[in-house]
Amino acid sequence: MASGEPGVTSRYAAAVAATQDAAFQPTPDDVALVAALRDGDERAFATIVAQLHGPLLRLARLYVPTSAAAEEVVQETWLGVFRGLDRFEARATFRTWVFRIATNRAMTRGRRERRDIPLSALLDPTEGPGGPAVDLERFLAPGEQWAGHWAVPPERWAPDAATHLLAKETRALIAAALESLAPAQRIVMTLRDVEGWSTDEVCAALEITAGNQRVLLHRARSRVRAALEQHLATAGPA
Amino acid sequence: MSSDVTPMAAPTGALAKPDPDACAGVVELVTEYLEGALDAAVRARFEAHLADCDGCDIYLEQMRATIAAAGHVDVERVAPATLDGLIAAYRSARGA
Ligand SMILES: [Zn+2]
Repeated sequence: MASGEPGVTSRYAAAVAATQDAAFQPTPDDVALVAALRDGDERAFATIVAQLHGPLLRLARLYVPTSAAAEEVVQETWLGVFRGLDRFEARATFRTWVFRIATNRAMTRGRRERRDIPLSALLDPTEGPGGPAVDLERFLAPGEQWAGHWAVPPERWAPDAATHLLAKETRALIAAALESLAPAQRIVMTLRDVEGWSTDEVCAALEITAGNQRVLLHRARSRVRAALEQHLATAGPA
Repeated sequence: MSSDVTPMAAPTGALAKPDPDACAGVVELVTEYLEGALDAAVRARFEAHLADCDGCDIYLEQMRATIAAAGHVDVERVAPATLDGLIAAYRSARGA
């Protein structure tokens, strides 16, 4: 499917091909879902929209400047999905295919509205914010004995931190930390850790290499951990 | 397969692979470790460091807790009116 689509840069073609080989076997769930959707099953459609609408909005926000524009892109995507159902060839997972449609639509729109940014660079981690996972001040400085080892090591979170981590307040804090990330880091961590997608599926859906996916995920998780550390240190269980 | 991108530019600006024998390197390799992307030799040094270093052991545990907690975050949901509109469009396009 991807080969004929505009907007897929040749740069990632090899990575995409690797995740999209002819040997790809659609899951039984995907086969059943696509059959139901082709059959006009409204409940199946409502379920897949409920699952993917939020992640698709995050994807669209990579390319378009406002949440209103993202909402429009995602609604157009759903129209494209059910009109294109008969052309779906199951060479990747269904949700990967939906993401590709959304990417193409968002890039088309983004080119109109955001001429300031080369869109092909948006998921390239060398273009995004980097920096160390942990403030370098927390390590012993070069030249000292034990340089690079902890000067201020992390403290073990309290035994009931597990329940604390599920508290509403903490979940809101993680959500806020995700919001504060660069959009490329945010979409990768959202798909992997919030939605539970596999590495392969994220790489295929976003058309990025496994190496770039890991860099984006690493930066995202490192920042969210740091936000949690600060939160649990100040508001931690008494 | 080793990473084609160095996770972190060294403070000097030069690209350097993080050092699994130093805590500052371990925190940069954590994701590659959890993803199973470290080659065997680096993974062995990473694990040997962890066995010997409480700070890094705690750090890895916190990363795992962070990932687990992210799985419980409330995600953005489609607005009911939007969903109704999409279902109506789907019905007229695909329905009987
Ligand atoms: Zn250490």
